[in-house]
Amino acid sequence: MLKDVEQYIRMNRLPHIWCPGCGNGIVMKAILEAILDSRLDPLKTVFVSGIGCSSRATGYLNFDTLHTTHGRALAFATGIKLAKPELNVFVVTGDGDGTAIGGNHLIHAARRNIDLNVILFNNNIYGMTGGQYSPLTPQGKSATTAPYGNIERPFDICELTKSAGATYVGRGTVYHTKQLTELVKGAIQNKGFSFVEAVTVCPVSYGRRNKLGSAPQMITALKDNAVNVKAAQKLEADQLAGKFLIGELYKETAPEYTQSYDALIARFRKEGDAHEQ
Amino acid sequence: MIKQKKARLLQGNNACAMAAIDAGVRFFAGYPITPSTEIAEYMAENLPRVGGKFIQMEDEIAGMAAILGASLTGVKAITATSGPGFSLKQENIGFATMAEIPCVIVNVQRMGPSTGGPTSPAQGDVMQARWGTHGDHPVITLSPASVLETYELTVKAINFAEKFRMPVILLLDEVVGHMREKVIIPDVSELEIIERKRPVVPPDEYKPYLDDGTGIPAMADFGTGYRWHVTGLNHDENGAPAGKAEVVQSQLTRLFNKLRPYYDEISLFKTYKTEDAQYLLISFGGTARSAAEALQTLRKQGIKAGFLQLQTIWPFPEGTVANLCKNKKAVFVAEMNDGQIIGEVKKNIENKESLFGINKINGELITPQEIVQRVKEVVGVC
Repeated sequence: MLKDVEQYIRMNRLPHIWCPGCGNGIVMKAILEAILDSRLDPLKTVFVSGIGCSSRATGYLNFDTLHTTHGRALAFATGIKLAKPELNVFVVTGDGDGTAIGGNHLIHAARRNIDLNVILFNNNIYGMTGGQYSPLTPQGKSATTAPYGNIERPFDICELTKSAGATYVGRGTVYHTKQLTELVKGAIQNKGFSFVEAVTVCPVSYGRRNKLGSAPQMITALKDNAVNVKAAQKLEADQLAGKFLIGELYKETAPEYTQSYDALIARFRKEGDAHEQ
Repeated sequence: MIKQKKARLLQGNNACAMAAIDAGVRFFAGYPITPSTEIAEYMAENLPRVGGKFIQMEDEIAGMAAILGASLTGVKAITATSGPGFSLKQENIGFATMAEIPCVIVNVQRMGPSTGGPTSPAQGDVMQARWGTHGDHPVITLSPASVLETYELTVKAINFAEKFRMPVILLLDEVVGHMREKVIIPDVSELEIIERKRPVVPPDEYKPYLDDGTGIPAMADFGTGYRWHVTGLNHDENGAPAGKAEVVQSQLTRLFNKLRPYYDEISLFKTYKTEDAQYLLISFGGTARSAAEALQTLRKQGIKAGFLQLQTIWPFPEGTVANLCKNKKAVFVAEMNDGQIIGEVKKNIENKESLFGINKINGELITPQEIVQRVKEVVGVC
């Protein structure tokens, strides 16, 4: 299978910078398989990222790729998509990049329902800078800037993007790779703002400090703690304590931003044509 | 949009927006801020009529980011702001400089620091235009003094951005932005419009940061098959992140120096009665109007003054200033700040004791009378 997606990788830019045990490569492969299955034209596909470990993915991907400033990927991507709506635009971001410094751009891109496919790599930590707490670090967990345990409450980022106006929201993990690919395919199919939280692992800057074990142990923990959203419907609240939901969490239909703008332009074209007659 | 070659009453901000569309801009992203908002309003109304796109972003940073995204698809893009917004835009102005993405940032200056005086004119962002974003970098900044010049220099700014593959800053001030004047706008067919250089090689041979001898690498539009990488990190000629000292040195040396061969082309200025002048006035933007009027008064009173109006602020026209300052009994720099351009003049003048600033930082224009009075005070002691 890797052979099939190699066409989407800049093989000459490898090896990548990610640490041994990092889950980011698994997320990247899931995205590429979704692109392959969806038969997107690689020449019309753009990847935009911000700053952080996840955002380095753009450098390895063989599309038009844009590695922007910290938190701003969605604002750059909005410019690309609005200027050239025929492009398939993906945004890869992380929990720090996408929900802290880029949080405002995230809710507004969702509100506009602009056709972007956002995959947020959630490793619960600022990995690249060495392990500071992010808005998705669970309460009580240790980080270099939360040496006595994180006293802040984390976002449920899927609930947030849903409330902000996203028309497709899903959560997957690097254990449930087939499902993750399906979620990205769902995001691609949705003509609107699509958001997939990909729960990944950072054994070096998060797991080690919190004694979460090896990378395989951290990935196994995802299996143990994730509950499919459909299965969760049959469970009692106490059975769901300490668990998190995965799967397609939300889906709706709403006007897409660039289509609405093109309709506005078409209106003036018609008026112009009528005027000429 | 009405485009006729006849006299009309036009506001500076509207002239800027009109010029941008005439020069081929088809994308605007920004955030409302006084005293620049009329530019966004004009764009919101008129861009969809010509097939262009306008978007009001969630903040100033996003406005800057969105025009860079649009520009990467091959569309000419512009944003407009004022002081507080200009501060926020510095992050992605740096990105545009580093990644070499054409765009124009209009800063209709108001009083600072901070929120300052939103409706009061100032020229306090001269140095921010030069050094606002971190690190060494090249910069082009133009500053018009009238509504017609605003139109002309907006076209120039867009052309420079496309030609030199970089952000260009257009420094208006509240006076010029909100001033209404009778102007005759040139017909679009008379405008020189420059398009960015696009690659002529096939995608597998394309190197987005390779110096082809001009210092300005060709730029491919996203979505045309070139599949290149854009980053704000140090990068090699392929755009791939680079850490090797010799690669970084080579790319940054090209970046810092890419404008040098073109200084004469970029350096725009006007001179008035400088041939026989014993005294020289230097000014720019809205203040240049007062300086021009002061010049007339001084001449009438028998004082041999001349006037240099800078239209290009950065790169600073060192040679021109040095030449014109030579052998002058005194040189006066009038600016609505505490003395920013005067520092650059000082670097290029031999007799530094004969250099005088005429400054005002209370939100009011420097009047012609104030310039005349200051010159006469100095002339009296010369």
